[in-house]
Amino acid sequence: MLEIKNIYKTFNPGTINEKRALNGVSLTLQPGEFVTVIGGNGAGKSTLLNSIAGVFNVDEGQILIDGVDVTHLPEFKRAKYIGRVFQDPMMGTAATMQIEENMALAARRGKRRTLRPGITREEREQYREQLKILGLGLENRMTAKVGLLSGGQRQALTLLMATLQRPKLLLLDEHTAALDPKTAAKVLEATEKIVQKDHLTTMMITHNMRDAIAHGNRLVMMYDGRVVVDVSGEEKKNLTVEQLLNLFSQASGSDEVDDKLVLS
Amino acid sequence: MDVIFSFFNSLPGAVGQGLAWGIMAIGVYITYRILDIADLTVDGSLATGGAVCAVAISMGMNPWAALLLAVLAGMLAGLVTGLLHTACGIPAILSGILTQLALYSINLRIMGIGSTAKTKATVALNVDTQPLLLSSRYVRSLELNNPLVLLAIVTLAVIGILYWFFGTEMGCSLRATGANQNMARAQGINTNFGKVLGLVISNGLVSLSGALLAQYQGSAAVDMGRGAIVIGLAAVIIGEVLFGKLFRNFAMKLGTCVIGATIYYMVITLVLRLGLESTDLKLLTALVVAFFLSVPYWKGKYFTKGRKGEKRHA
Repeated sequence: MLEIKNIYKTFNPGTINEKRALNGVSLTLQPGEFVTVIGGNGAGKSTLLNSIAGVFNVDEGQILIDGVDVTHLPEFKRAKYIGRVFQDPMMGTAATMQIEENMALAARRGKRRTLRPGITREEREQYREQLKILGLGLENRMTAKVGLLSGGQRQALTLLMATLQRPKLLLLDEHTAALDPKTAAKVLEATEKIVQKDHLTTMMITHNMRDAIAHGNRLVMMYDGRVVVDVSGEEKKNLTVEQLLNLFSQASGSDEVDDKLVLS
Repeated sequence: MDVIFSFFNSLPGAVGQGLAWGIMAIGVYITYRILDIADLTVDGSLATGGAVCAVAISMGMNPWAALLLAVLAGMLAGLVTGLLHTACGIPAILSGILTQLALYSINLRIMGIGSTAKTKATVALNVDTQPLLLSSRYVRSLELNNPLVLLAIVTLAVIGILYWFFGTEMGCSLRATGANQNMARAQGINTNFGKVLGLVISNGLVSLSGALLAQYQGSAAVDMGRGAIVIGLAAVIIGEVLFGKLFRNFAMKLGTCVIGATIYYMVITLVLRLGLESTDLKLLTALVVAFFLSVPYWKGKYFTKGRKGEKRHA
């Protein structure tokens, strides 16, 4: 479903702030695979996700989604294949527009925007049903401005919007990191539910080792712009935090593990 | 007593000015409020509208066709600003300033068309000899030739069309572009296209306003748009401050721009009657807009302080 072939990305090349963020990353995702991506600060997780989404172009390498070469497609064209939820709850929705208007925009992802009505009555009924899945009571507030919602509600809504049009690939960029633990758990639960229901090919970045182990059927760990650990199947199911730390120090050749990873 | 009487006597004229400028304010609303771009093209495109319309009518063109031509010219100006911003990566404000500056020369050339001089700074129109659609001369008339009738109809038509458009898929994607570009792109919206389209529509409206004004006043002049952006902003802001809480519907919000422009011209008329010189008006307008734009900022500052104070007590 997703093929990443040896991609490189360097920020601010030739300056004192030069940062090699991706250092030859290759990764192939099978349809229906749910990969959790873990790694310390600056490991290249977000850069990888943004490269796939087309926020910027990679310096070298190739990205294919379902056989289509998207390496040079602009972000808005890649959106046809990709559903996204960002780390910042403010980023995934339009605050000044209504809940149902946001959903109607998302339902037209990858389609031509014509002079037909932006939202129809049948759509409203569909959205009402879909909002019930979240269990947040948003189905009764469909004409409320999204700016009135809490961070957790906005993330849940963004998640739903990302999957209204079944995406070939769902990209979750630490989408629970900015939420309080209780809300984060709820949003993760909703994520699990939606991904399972539609068998979505998913890539989820997280800072939290336990979440990375508990969710998905494959785990990838990044270090210094490369993939250093890649476990799936039974091995992934039985993985513990300790084993993961061992795998990491073997692969990266260092004992230095991001404090944040151990603590969380 | 005389002041009050002469003020009321000049009210119809103020309403006429207000309605014509109201259409311009709607154009400003589209860029400033919906797209979140401060577009300075309008100072130039307002005069372009007036110039194109006045020259076309002087050359014998049907006044409705002249109006349409003016709108197209304004749209072209918006397109240039949009492309400077999106295709050339120039910041929006600077793109607008560049187009506005270029339009000054272009407007002088446009007004020179059909005359012996290569460039002209004004083109006069005469309601007795030319088939104008409206004229301020009949602003107190009780018949259909009263310019307020036509201005009201055009304003309502503009609001109606925009209300429809911003409810369509394309219009919604334009609103999303202004509200949150990251979100818009993630939903597959071409944000650059949205910005260009918004600028085209906005400047088309501003030009329409200029064309109506030229006929209303009986002349087009190269400096008729000087400070237009500030007057447009004043109208938008006055409308929001007075009616923002009252009107939530989109069409009503557009309507408040027109009401804002009308109130602006009423106030201007009043202060003129009170003895201010017309050359003082730009200063007054700038002060009014600066004041209303700073209100939300100071409010925010005040409330932040309050919150900190609460924490200290807790």
